[in-house]
Amino acid sequence: MTAIDELKLDPEEARRVRQERFERIGRWVLPLAIMILAIWLWDRICVWNAIPQYILPRPGVVLSTLYNDAGLLFSALLVTLRITFLSLVLAVIGGVGLAVLFAQSKWVEMSFFPFAIVLQVTPIVAIFPLINIYVDNQTTKLLLCAWIVAFFPILSNTTLGLNSVDRNLRDLFKLNGATRWQQLRYLRLPAAMPYFLGGLKIAGGLSLIGAVVAEFVAGTTGQSSGLASRIIEAGYRLNAPRLFAALFLISLTGILIFLVLSLISHLILRRWHESALKQER
Amino acid sequence: MIREKVAQAPALDVAPTLLALRGVGKVFSNGVTALSDVDLTIREGDFLSLLGPSGCGKSTALRLIAGLSTPTSGVLDWRGGGSLDRANIGFVFQEPTLLPWASVFDNVWLPLRLKGISRAKAAPAITEMLARVHLTGFEHAVPRELSGGMKMRVSIARAMVTKPRVLLMDEPFAALDEITRFKLNDDLLELWQDERFTVVFVTHSVFESVFLSNRVVVMAARPGRVFDELAIKASYPRDEAFRTSPDYAALCRQASDVLVNAINSTAGAHHDGH
Repeated sequence: MTAIDELKLDPEEARRVRQERFERIGRWVLPLAIMILAIWLWDRICVWNAIPQYILPRPGVVLSTLYNDAGLLFSALLVTLRITFLSLVLAVIGGVGLAVLFAQSKWVEMSFFPFAIVLQVTPIVAIFPLINIYVDNQTTKLLLCAWIVAFFPILSNTTLGLNSVDRNLRDLFKLNGATRWQQLRYLRLPAAMPYFLGGLKIAGGLSLIGAVVAEFVAGTTGQSSGLASRIIEAGYRLNAPRLFAALFLISLTGILIFLVLSLISHLILRRWHESALKQER
Repeated sequence: MIREKVAQAPALDVAPTLLALRGVGKVFSNGVTALSDVDLTIREGDFLSLLGPSGCGKSTALRLIAGLSTPTSGVLDWRGGGSLDRANIGFVFQEPTLLPWASVFDNVWLPLRLKGISRAKAAPAITEMLARVHLTGFEHAVPRELSGGMKMRVSIARAMVTKPRVLLMDEPFAALDEITRFKLNDDLLELWQDERFTVVFVTHSVFESVFLSNRVVVMAARPGRVFDELAIKASYPRDEAFRTSPDYAALCRQASDVLVNAINSTAGAHHDGH
């Protein structure tokens, strides 16, 4: 909107244009400013109160630790990421697979959905000792843990999506003599896509949480250990800067996973789904 | 009145029977009698409208004909026996009912795709059909980029792409504005005259049924039943001149009177019943 355009507008519209512009800028500037202010305040509090580094390190120290310990931290991050992505992939396969199975018959869904809910509502930390007894392989343990946490939103959302197909479209497929497989492939799976992608966004974050929690309770140590073990180690050694650096990495990873999955979702849905339309306007 | 071609309308009267409904009734599991003892003969090439108030079972009748539902009593007799292959039925719903993620082209491809015909093989038929409904150039658009009228055109193209012998339409233009509806009525008639398929058209609009059909079957509610039938003898093609002609007005008046009687008969039955 240029100034010339504004001249032609009546006061009400001009006000609206101004407000929209403020909102557009404010959406980015405001959170950023608050974030910078918070970090600055954090730094000041450390200085003003002379807080020792092993209790609360200054932001600059955390940053330099991130740089100095990069080798250690990033190799740990890779280990955690591997578990995260593998479990997310398994959650997608398991969640969608089960949802498709559930969609075949109301009876199957009614019979087996309670099991999924039981798995979902029982805290993973409480289940872990059992997994520890039954499973030997360390990676398998972690994967199983992260999977249990991550698969439910995908299963639940995809099931909802597969069952939310327009009645008339179902009739249309029936009229044209579509097979069960054709109906699934050309109608129900595409219709469930927005629901699935919604579940995927949630599961992405959960699989990271699942992976970190699993590492915590598994208490993995040694070279092939993930970020959680680095945090535990750092905690024992009162190495607060490294603890903060590891935490920072974990949340950054979580944000990145969310953004990537949001982007994928937007790219897939942008042409047809309501949820993606608003962003275009 | 209108241009010649008078021969066409009478010809329909002697056309062979395509489908006969004999004593057809439908009772839903909740005890509602949707249709009761319906006798109706549909002839080859008919443009038959089912006209009636809501709840008179017009849509139920259409679903029975489509084979989407089975009658509780009576028979549907397709040309003296057997049921018509589903490939020979096209269905247009009240809503456009398109796949929102698929392009216009792929939406029209769907019935052929379900029969295992590849995109390339189906392409000529799809392109031709899209031209027939005046949608050339919109092949790659997705439904949400189209207006309501255009979506309905896609829906009609999809129903017609298999070259069905019967086109069933369930209040297809009810949600459209009048200008769009008139245009679609004209285009539908044009298509029908070229191909001479049979149409069963459900509507609650007197004007639409009279404009389009050679037969208007008026239905009454509670229970859903055939109340009366009107032959619309006006010749085809029918166009804007017909729409504003005194003949059309008189026919609408006639149909409207029958419809009022049908509604009143229901009101009477309603009072008697309680």
